[in-house]
Amino acid sequence: MAKPKVGFYWCASCGGCEETVVDLDEKVLDVVAAVDIVFWPCAMDFKYSDVEAMEDGEMTVCFINGAIRTTEQEEVAKLLRKKSTCVIAFGSCACMGGIPALANLTSRSEIMRRAYKDSPSVLHDENGPVPQTSSSAGGVELHLPELYETVYKLDDVIDVDFYLPGCPPTAALVETAVQTLLSGNLPPKKSVLLPDKALCVSCDRNSTKPDNLKIDKLKRIHEIKADPELCFLAQGVLCMGPATRDGCGYPCVKGNMPCTGCFGPVGGADQGARMAGALGGILEVGEKQLDDALSGMPDPAGSFYRYSMSSSLLGSSRKGDAK
Amino acid sequence: MGEFKPEIVAYVCNWCSYAGADGAGGQKLAYPSSVKLIRVMCSGRVDPQFVMEAFRGGADGVMVLGCHPGDCHYRSGNMKAQRRFRIFEMLLRQMGIEKDRFLLDWVAAGEAKRFVELATEIHERVTALGPLSLTGSVERTVMADG
Repeated sequence: MAKPKVGFYWCASCGGCEETVVDLDEKVLDVVAAVDIVFWPCAMDFKYSDVEAMEDGEMTVCFINGAIRTTEQEEVAKLLRKKSTCVIAFGSCACMGGIPALANLTSRSEIMRRAYKDSPSVLHDENGPVPQTSSSAGGVELHLPELYETVYKLDDVIDVDFYLPGCPPTAALVETAVQTLLSGNLPPKKSVLLPDKALCVSCDRNSTKPDNLKIDKLKRIHEIKADPELCFLAQGVLCMGPATRDGCGYPCVKGNMPCTGCFGPVGGADQGARMAGALGGILEVGEKQLDDALSGMPDPAGSFYRYSMSSSLLGSSRKGDAK
Repeated sequence: MGEFKPEIVAYVCNWCSYAGADGAGGQKLAYPSSVKLIRVMCSGRVDPQFVMEAFRGGADGVMVLGCHPGDCHYRSGNMKAQRRFRIFEMLLRQMGIEKDRFLLDWVAAGEAKRFVELATEIHERVTALGPLSLTGSVERTVMADG
């Protein structure tokens, strides 16, 4: 029997998701032995024309990481969807927008202004060049992909079969996911290949949390000397555990840093709503002190939706510029 | 285009605010028909996600009403709601949704007139703002303007 064909692609992402594949170490050899990698532009020399030459559905599985924020990313995602039997949204950017989707708190024009006019590292020339979708140089017409106003998650533009969030998904989770896919014993379509419970459920600091947890002020992590064993929320530090999906093995908490929420919300929940609800329940201050108590959290949208802005119930609606 | 008629969802607690709204009906006090009531056991049961879902589902404004501070049937549910929705209002602002589209306030069982006043207030505020459009983007982050 022919080996299953597998592809990897990156859209708006940092490359960390590719790194996690490499982090499989020698186990990657088992993967390579079991499958044919037919497309992986980050690591090997493939062209889009190689994909265009494939039959529809020829690739067994395609792992797509990164959010969708340019015309090129949308086009390639649609092409890969056509050529793949199964598409996996790989990593938080593909699943929920991830870090790039924080750009949804500003606008395309602000981003272009900052990058090409206002940034301290560029020449401050109001009439200086900015990227154009088409231009000509030396008599040759040149084209660049267009940047969208909004950063989308992968399933805003194509149908996705399975989701594996994480920034990045850990190597152990990738290994389990690959084995599940190769076994043919597939979970229901649209599943997130992770447990559907909050991180706090498995976090070993959960037992240190008082039964009736109350705090009087939110503090930022650099303002305190963090206790290495006590629940971060009990220390008054914003920890996204209550609003975040379990499965990572909490490496951040083990490193004495609070969870920042990279696995996204548990099924059906909005991560920001869940965290606003959790914090409101444990803050024990009167109305007059409330603003002061919350001053340690200057950017709630960026903190709650650090990885899930594109799936926020409040912020993912503008679909005007993607089809 | 015809005249804008807002849709407003009001989550009202069973023990005080719903009784207040019911009193308004009993006394035949008129309030704007744009306000649609959803009775919940306590304002502390109103998850911020309920309010988001209302906005997503077409509401132009949302109101959460509970018992007055100190009067909560469950002792502290209304105070939890107050803290939750203070954070929620910060989120709304960052996501570019006008703060006048949301109202958290208190109505006691006997305050039929106060219920009518609050319902009228949010109706007028939202009518002035026009239809909600979830843009998925704001002009400036809170970091920029403090």
